[in-house]
Amino acid sequence: MSTATTPAHQRPADALRDGDTAARPAPSTGARRLGGVAGWVDDRTGAAKGVTYLMKKVFPDHWSFMLGEVAMYSMIVCLLSGVFLTFWFVPSAGETIYHGSYAPLQGIQMSEAYRSTLDISFEVRGGLIIRQIHHWAALMFVVAVSAHMFRVFFTGAFRKPREINWVIGTILSLLAIVEGFAGYSLPDDLLSGTGLRAMEGFMQSTPVLGSYLAYMVFDGPFPGSAIIPRLYSVHVLLIPGILIALFTAHIVIVALQKHTQYPGPGKTEQNVVGFPVLPVYAAKAGGFFFIVFGIIALMSALVQINPIWGYGPYDPSPVTAGSQPDWYMGFADGALRITPGWLEFHPFGYTLSLNVALGALGLIPVMYTITGAYPFLERWVTGDTREHHLLDRPRNAPVRTGLGMAAMTAYGVFMFAAGNDIMAVLLHMSINDITHFFQVGLFVLPPLAFWVTKRICLSLQRRDRDMVLHARESGTIIRTAHGGYFERHDGIDEFERWPLVQHEAVAPLELPAGTDANGVASPTARSERLRARLSHFYFKDAVNPVTPAELAAAHPGPHEEEVPALEHDADHFVGIEQDHADGVGAPRH
Amino acid sequence: MTTGMSDHSADIAPADHPSHPAELARTAPTGQLPARFENPGLPTHIPRMADLDEKAARRAEKQVAALFGLSILGTLGFIASYYLVTEHGSVFVPGIGLMRAENLALGLCLAVSLLGIGLGAVHWAKTLMPDTEVVELRHPLRSSDEDRQALVTTLREEGRKSQLGRRPLLKYSMLGAMTLFPATLTWQLVGGLGRLPHNDLSTTEWNGRYLGGGKWQFVPKRLMRDPENTPIKASDVVIGSVFHVQPEGVLDMTEGKLEAKGKAAVLLMRLNPSDIRSTKELDWSHDGIVAYSKICTHVGCPVGLYEHQTHHLLCPCHQSTFDVTNDCHVIFGPANRPLPQLKITVDSEGYLISAQPFEEAVGPSFWERGS
Ligand code: HEM
Ligand code: FES
Repeated sequence: MSTATTPAHQRPADALRDGDTAARPAPSTGARRLGGVAGWVDDRTGAAKGVTYLMKKVFPDHWSFMLGEVAMYSMIVCLLSGVFLTFWFVPSAGETIYHGSYAPLQGIQMSEAYRSTLDISFEVRGGLIIRQIHHWAALMFVVAVSAHMFRVFFTGAFRKPREINWVIGTILSLLAIVEGFAGYSLPDDLLSGTGLRAMEGFMQSTPVLGSYLAYMVFDGPFPGSAIIPRLYSVHVLLIPGILIALFTAHIVIVALQKHTQYPGPGKTEQNVVGFPVLPVYAAKAGGFFFIVFGIIALMSALVQINPIWGYGPYDPSPVTAGSQPDWYMGFADGALRITPGWLEFHPFGYTLSLNVALGALGLIPVMYTITGAYPFLERWVTGDTREHHLLDRPRNAPVRTGLGMAAMTAYGVFMFAAGNDIMAVLLHMSINDITHFFQVGLFVLPPLAFWVTKRICLSLQRRDRDMVLHARESGTIIRTAHGGYFERHDGIDEFERWPLVQHEAVAPLELPAGTDANGVASPTARSERLRARLSHFYFKDAVNPVTPAELAAAHPGPHEEEVPALEHDADHFVGIEQDHADGVGAPRH
Repeated sequence: MTTGMSDHSADIAPADHPSHPAELARTAPTGQLPARFENPGLPTHIPRMADLDEKAARRAEKQVAALFGLSILGTLGFIASYYLVTEHGSVFVPGIGLMRAENLALGLCLAVSLLGIGLGAVHWAKTLMPDTEVVELRHPLRSSDEDRQALVTTLREEGRKSQLGRRPLLKYSMLGAMTLFPATLTWQLVGGLGRLPHNDLSTTEWNGRYLGGGKWQFVPKRLMRDPENTPIKASDVVIGSVFHVQPEGVLDMTEGKLEAKGKAAVLLMRLNPSDIRSTKELDWSHDGIVAYSKICTHVGCPVGLYEHQTHHLLCPCHQSTFDVTNDCHVIFGPANRPLPQLKITVDSEGYLISAQPFEEAVGPSFWERGS
């Protein structure tokens, strides 16, 4: 490890820090004590070297890398506040009569689960803030996991060697929503009970085994008294256990593979440029945990969430108008709303309820399988088997970016479809029209999003090329002595240029011969043709970066001095020569 | 480029083996110009105020200390509010709405306590800790070829000592035992989790008296208002009104009440007999009073939004709409089947009663419900 530049001058701030640690020769008592404790541990574990290595580990800095951190911290807040809740929550469907301090529910019959959640909210001092923190943290967790996933997708961070972490992340995201649904169902209020009622309907729609499955999960007819305690053990033990195990693997792999970084001057496939864990990253990341927790606390103080006392205890017969699940379940609810009823069939006196099963049972597995498989599909299509540690700028992978936007659009259609009733009221439109709009939109909007996104990416790439070739448009029009006009171009220096030209030129895979040696169409040849076609789809419109030759050609003869002029601007930057000598900051060949 | 094959070779080859079309697409160098631009290396580090000026550094130190101090105040405030802000009164939060005072005080103090630490630490890191970027080199993740080979060799050589390959009896009996053993725990789990549905899903309390063993004996039951638990006279039901109904006895149950309600819930409405377009519906009605299952045939939400003018029933969950004038056929939404109708009549005292059980299973579809 080496620092790229050594500060030329002694900075005054160093003086501050100098006070913290004594001069080298004689270790201070503090240092000796630390050494003593560390020595005790190291004698028994031999961890000194590993810990030193970890403390010096470098992490690159970028706002988008904090999305994963937000996910991690809000999960920790969930775990922490969840443990608090377990001290008061009673996971039981046992009937009881309410005698607490919330007057409107006095004397009402309800389950222990609902009563204890009321008690957390009204009787336990500060209980409500813990409940609200738990729920807000859960929402934040799912938002952050999704945003983090999109960052990874659009920058191509899932490419080799990071496919394993992509798959783990996909599972984590699935577990997050299942965990959220299980938790949301625990208080046994009217809204969450209605959600469970629908869940039971989903299970019944399973072909052949539906009623058995539902009776197994609910231990008999709905609602029964088994589902709350069962969900409880799923919510506080089973899924958190898997979450923590997978999350740990996720983080260990990140450390092992080292973080990716955005392309930029001095950043290569062979290095990581950033800040060491100690002290900078520890302070920033540690501080950030408190900031995330603080923001969750702030939201919990100011904005009410899931006021279960207003809904009343669960009862299968009263109507809940406009029941809406937590946002991350919206897409599944929306899918149910736009699946047409004619998809229920009645073959041979049996009922095949695809109008429910497609959206309720099929969507999530299909969605998550495609997500999990994407890195492997892309790799097959592009034929790119190399390691990647520099991220793609999304515009430089127009087809991937387009596919991502198409997927987000499809998700958005499902999610907004869950609000079709609310939209009908707000927009004064017929709910039929809105539902039909979403039904058609599901097939039309994603391809449209793909096309628009790809066009935008391509034109951004062209703009990058223009920027490199013709520098930056200054907006200043200059009149020449001869009466002509031209726009003055301010130059860009090579540090500004590098991000625009660093990516690779690409071309589709060649179409292989369609037949094998004997002239027989072989199955492999067929799959290769498919692959070549997909590769063509992936790469065909590629806009490749400017090459030095193109730049030279764009500034021929007389103007030549304009171009390299900036590169002569050498006092602008130092240490390049020596970086190259170090083998640090040199581009790969 | 050749395919599959080269994928594998590329896996073992050095990371920058030119197997990617990108590599192949590189234009050959023209003249002495390279095919690609050179990475210019890291730009110069620009020192911050606090690096150059001890006064700025002192200022930063004070700011950080102030933030930490704020956090301490937040913590003290939390403890104070824990004892002081105890009533359940609400406070108006501008732009947001009413919040309970206790929750607001505790939450805000907690937020200050946390944010003080967080913002302090980040400010500290940004102003006083080194901001010179550090470069760490990556090393290839893959092990050396020898190490890989050694692993394969070890696995094979040492594995061979088990004699598994040479003794098929051993191999297949072990495979058999290992595949079957999970059946033990699975059996316990699946067997113990729930009971079998039998004909549960196809029967409701309207079936009459339960005889055991899945058999019922039909007895007419009065239609009772839910939740008042009072019987309904035909004359009480006027056009445009809707009654939420449970069979007699269900609301008095001490056990299994919710399960019974969940299946037996019925909606009672009165239509002008001439508006009823289905002869079966008319036959099963009493003087234009019709009773339909309240449990949506989609996934089971209680259907309960009744439009008086159109006589449509709307399910709040996914907006399936049922036409009461036409035997509750679905006219919109994801449900497929009409709501099952309950045949009703009146008893000697003029109260509405069931004339027979539901003819089909109520609620969401399942495979063996019959079509
Ligand atoms: C990390 C993922 C987690 C998520 C996404 C999550 C989500 C939720 C949600 C949305 C609720 C409903 C809260 C409400 O508004 O009433 C809930 C309730 C609950 N959670 Fe969690 N939770 C998580 C982890 C945990 C853990 C680790 C525990 C315990 C060790 C826990 C214990 C509880 C308890 C006891 C309740 C019911 C009490 C109540 O609702 O007030 N949770 N959870
Ligand atoms: S449950 Fe009634 S429409 Fe879905």
